[in-house]
Amino acid sequence: MLLVVLEHDRGAMDEAAREALTFGRKLAAQMGEPLHAALIGADDAELVAEAGTFGAEVVYTVIHDVLSDFGPEAWGEAAAEMIRQLNPGAVLAGGSERGNEIMAQVAARLDLPMVANCLEIDLDSGAGEWAITRQQWGGSLLEDARLVSERPLLTSGLHTLAAEQAEAAVEPVAQAMEVDLDPSLARTVVKDRVVLEAGVTLSTAPVVIGGGRGVGSPEAFAPLEELAAMLGGRVGCSRAVTNNGWRPHSDQVGQTGTRITPEIYIASGISGAIQHWVGAKASKHILAINIDPEANMVVKADWAVIADLHEVIPAITEEIKRRRA
Amino acid sequence: MRILCCVKRVPAPGAKINVTDDGQAVDASHLGFATSPHEECGVEEAVQLTERHGGEVTVLTLGPPEAAEQLRYAASVGAHHGVLVATDGSAWDPQRTAVALTDAIRRLEADDGPFDLLVFGNESADSGGFQVGVRVAYALGRPIVNGIKGIEVDADAGDGVVRARREIDGGFEVYELPMPAAVGVKEGINLPRYPTMRGRLASKKLEIAEQASDAEPGGQSLVRLHRPRETVTETVILGNSPEAASAVVDVLEELGVV
Repeated sequence: MLLVVLEHDRGAMDEAAREALTFGRKLAAQMGEPLHAALIGADDAELVAEAGTFGAEVVYTVIHDVLSDFGPEAWGEAAAEMIRQLNPGAVLAGGSERGNEIMAQVAARLDLPMVANCLEIDLDSGAGEWAITRQQWGGSLLEDARLVSERPLLTSGLHTLAAEQAEAAVEPVAQAMEVDLDPSLARTVVKDRVVLEAGVTLSTAPVVIGGGRGVGSPEAFAPLEELAAMLGGRVGCSRAVTNNGWRPHSDQVGQTGTRITPEIYIASGISGAIQHWVGAKASKHILAINIDPEANMVVKADWAVIADLHEVIPAITEEIKRRRA
Repeated sequence: MRILCCVKRVPAPGAKINVTDDGQAVDASHLGFATSPHEECGVEEAVQLTERHGGEVTVLTLGPPEAAEQLRYAASVGAHHGVLVATDGSAWDPQRTAVALTDAIRRLEADDGPFDLLVFGNESADSGGFQVGVRVAYALGRPIVNGIKGIEVDADAGDGVVRARREIDGGFEVYELPMPAAVGVKEGINLPRYPTMRGRLASKKLEIAEQASDAEPGGQSLVRLHRPRETVTETVILGNSPEAASAVVDVLEELGVV
């Protein structure tokens, strides 16, 4: 079997898990093996059923005191123990921060190689050898790698494919497993959570208004905030902006910040350095506002306005107000 | 506190990345080198912790002999010791790297006592394997959490506790790791300082301890690097003045986001 470790947060399936199931379904078909899934710290019928819509035939669940909330060591050991018992032909998780972390914990515990952020996998040639294309530099460079392992541990590149349900949903068999977990694994379980803001976040916003160095100052982000609020979106920014201390790092779009997936990304005053592009490229549409028609962001955008963002952004806001009036 | 910080020398992020003709490495002939961004913040965090709690920061790197530059840079912003595990310059796979770092840390701890905190970058900017810190921490029996963007040390709680914050959508999680502990940090945990003139002078005098490694290659090996296919986008220019706002709103309406 191919086993997909499902990432969820207190019972809510993560998009990365859906992507992993989609990726895993194709890989399982290539391998001629069934697609199974592992659900750690949850056994909700809804989650099990959702895995089924992606083609998982069996969903193994494990419930334990140390799995009451996310904890990388407890989740890693639980997954490792499931793998020891189930002997899957390959194991896959989503390439999110948690997905990669869980798989690294599994790899450390099983002392096996792990390949992160895979895009394509060619079948085992028979000698435990796999040909893999994976992302380096957040996807701005690709690596063809050779993997020698009897049990590949893989993650799929985040937002490199769209989650897609199976043509024919299956009603999965839910199978509870017993795993022995040491209580000391609780040492890295989440102790507390602090919610700073409810509602849309940068990674889930349908509209992101991005500002770069061209915005010029922290205060000059106010018109971007106004437009974002009007569209139910969020303001994002480039690394230059956070390095200048104009915005908190949590607003940064990029390789070292957030990967956004909005319906439209309005990138204003952003030149589009590689590391920013990596975080922006999964946007469904991009509109660039820049005085430089040669800027990388302009060249890669679907639409562009070649003018000063300080004039264009307020004009857009006014136009929306006018049409709504 | 005794803090160990692992850093990686990488081509300076931001520029277009080209590959050598044989596909075996990044063509660095027109690129500068830097400390991988998460780890640069890791060094800053370690230095700040010793400024608050006392103690020393040791920076460890595995890489070509030139990676000594990154150790000196760390010293110029406040790190106290530098250790280099020199390679032949080829890219080591994650398992091999983890074994070599684990061995190096064991030797350092055998000589001078255990580190209270190991600081790793969440992932390296270049190869992005997302695993070396976790492997090393596991091998050394230390608790580790990745994605950390805030650290407080409470030295009075038991043997000491590291309170670590991790960003999640719309807020953050809090972890409490018993020391000795390890963390994988991310850019944004702080804004790294620039070296002072005094720091630069001190870094020139840094004595770099060298270690050799006999770690065996792991299961993953590089075949070749290549650039992704560039998708050519036909950019529609909506205008060259604020009057384009009307066309922009037409687009937003078409997408159904207004």
